[in-house]
Amino acid sequence: MPNTLSASPASRGTPSVTDRLLTWLPTPVFQVLHGTGSTLLLLGRTLRHVPSLPRQFGRFIEQCHLIGYTTMPIVGILSFFIGSVLALQSGHAGENVGYKQFIGALVGLTMARELGPVMAAVLLAGRVGSAIAAELASMKVYQEVDALETMNIPPERMLVLPRLAAVLTMMPVLTIMADLVGWFGGAIVSKYTHFISIEPASYFANLRQYMDFSDVLNGLIKAEVFGVTVVLVCCNIGLNTRGGPREIGASVTRAVVTSLILILVLDFFVTKALM
Amino acid sequence: MPAANSTSPLPGAAPAVGVTVESLSKRFGTFEVLRGVSFAVQPGEIFVLMGPSGSGKSVLLKHLVGLESPSAGQTTVAGLDASDPTTRERVRMALVFQAGALFNSLSVYDNLALYPREHRLGDEAAIRDRVMRALQILSLENAAHKFPAELSGGMKKRVAIARALVMEPQLLLYDEPTSELDPVMSATITEIIATLRQRYQVTSIVVSHDRDLALAIADRIGILMGGELIFLGPSADLRNPTDPRVADFLNPRIDLEHPRFKHLET
Repeated sequence: MPNTLSASPASRGTPSVTDRLLTWLPTPVFQVLHGTGSTLLLLGRTLRHVPSLPRQFGRFIEQCHLIGYTTMPIVGILSFFIGSVLALQSGHAGENVGYKQFIGALVGLTMARELGPVMAAVLLAGRVGSAIAAELASMKVYQEVDALETMNIPPERMLVLPRLAAVLTMMPVLTIMADLVGWFGGAIVSKYTHFISIEPASYFANLRQYMDFSDVLNGLIKAEVFGVTVVLVCCNIGLNTRGGPREIGASVTRAVVTSLILILVLDFFVTKALM
Repeated sequence: MPAANSTSPLPGAAPAVGVTVESLSKRFGTFEVLRGVSFAVQPGEIFVLMGPSGSGKSVLLKHLVGLESPSAGQTTVAGLDASDPTTRERVRMALVFQAGALFNSLSVYDNLALYPREHRLGDEAAIRDRVMRALQILSLENAAHKFPAELSGGMKKRVAIARALVMEPQLLLYDEPTSELDPVMSATITEIIATLRQRYQVTSIVVSHDRDLALAIADRIGILMGGELIFLGPSADLRNPTDPRVADFLNPRIDLEHPRFKHLET
C-alpha cells in the first residue's frame, strides 16, 4: 500500500513533487517522518495558544491532578523499590570489590540523573499517556473533535495546551519525589541488610559528598523533555485516530509503545547533550 | 466572530448566508466519493440532500464546514472558500452531527455553554440566559444537568440542535437528524427544523434519507447517487419523478421474487 498523507495538500489535489517522493519511501521510514512532522506541527499549533492559558486555568488544574497527584502513589512505590534494589545489588557486588561505602553516592546519582526521570516518564506514559490517547481517540472517533472545529474552538487550545502546561509543572514534582523516595529506600536497605549495614547518616553523607544540585537539575531537564514528548505523542496519536472503536485501542497501544521507545532513545541523546 | 457581549440567545441577529458547491469532487485514495457535484442554496432556504447510504452526503456536508477539503472544485459559504479555516471565524456555521457528537464529559448545560464561554460572549449570567433559552426552545430545561450518557437518542438530537442554536448560526447543517428515531420523534425533529427556519430565517441544509422529512419541509431537494447529483429541484417535482433511479430510491419496491441481492436468489 502506498504511503499517504492524511489531510495534507496531497490528498486534496495534484500531489507535489515532495509528496510523490515521500510515497516512494519505505513505509517504516515514512511513518517515522510523518509521525515526527505531525507531532512537531501539533506543538507549533499548540504554542500559538499559550496566551489563552490563564483562561484554561480550570482545565490546567484538572490535568495537574491527573498527571501529578494521581500518579504520585505509584511513582512512590516503584521508586522506593528501585532505590532498594540499587542498594541491594551494589551492596552485594561491592562487598567483594570493596566499594560498599559508596552505595549512597551510587544510589543518589543513579536515581537523580537516570532512574528518577526515566521511571517517572515511563509511568507517565503507561498511566497518563494511555489515558490521554484513549480519551482523545474516543473524542475523534465519536466526532467530538470535529464538533469543536465546527464551533471554531481549536482542539489544540482546549485539549493539548492544558495537558502540556500540566506536564511541564508536574514532571519536576514527580521526579524529585522519585529521587527522594529512591534515596530513602536505598538508605533503609543499606541499614537493615546484614551484608551492607551502613548507617543512614553515613549513607547520606556519602550521597551529599558526591552529588551537587547540577545532578538533580540534570534529571529535571530530562524529565521535562520526556514529559513533553509523552504528552505530545499521545495527543497527536489520539487526535489522528481514524475509524471505529477498534482503532481507539490500537491508538492507545501505539501511543504507549512510541512513548516508551522515545523515552529511551531521547534519554541517550539528552544525557550526551548534558554531559 | 460573534460580537462580544452579545446576549441574543438565538439565531436571527446576523443575516442568513448562501452556499455554492461548484464541480465538487472528492477522492479517498482511488475511490471517488463525489463526482462534479454542483448546486447553490439561497439564504434562508431549506435544502434537503438525499441519497442512499454511502452516496457521499455526509462527506459533502463536511466540505461545507471545512472538515474536508475538495480534491477538485470549490465550496463557498457567503462567498468565502469553505475549506479556508478563517471562514469559520467570519461565518457562524453549526453542524448537528448524526450521533450528536456531544461532549460526554460535560453536562448538557456545559455542552451548550462551551461555545459562548470559549468565545467569551458575555459574563456567566449572560451565558446562562443564552443557554437556558436555547434549552427552552427544545423543551430541554429539565435535562440541563444530565450527562449525554443519561439521554435517549431523541434527546441527544435535541441537545445537539440546542447546542447549534446557542451559536446563533447563519448556516445550520443537519446530518441525518431523524436517523435511529421512532416516527413520533422523527416528526418532532422535522417540525423543529422547519420552525427554526420559519422563525429565524436561518439557511438550513439537511442530509437525510427520510423521504417524509424531505417532502414535508424542503424548499428544494437534491439526490446524490454514486457521488453524482441525479436530481435537483423543488420538492413538488419529486411527487411524480420521471427518473427511474429517483423513483426507485423514493419508492423502493420489495420484490421477493427478484431480490436485489442476487446471491440470495435460490
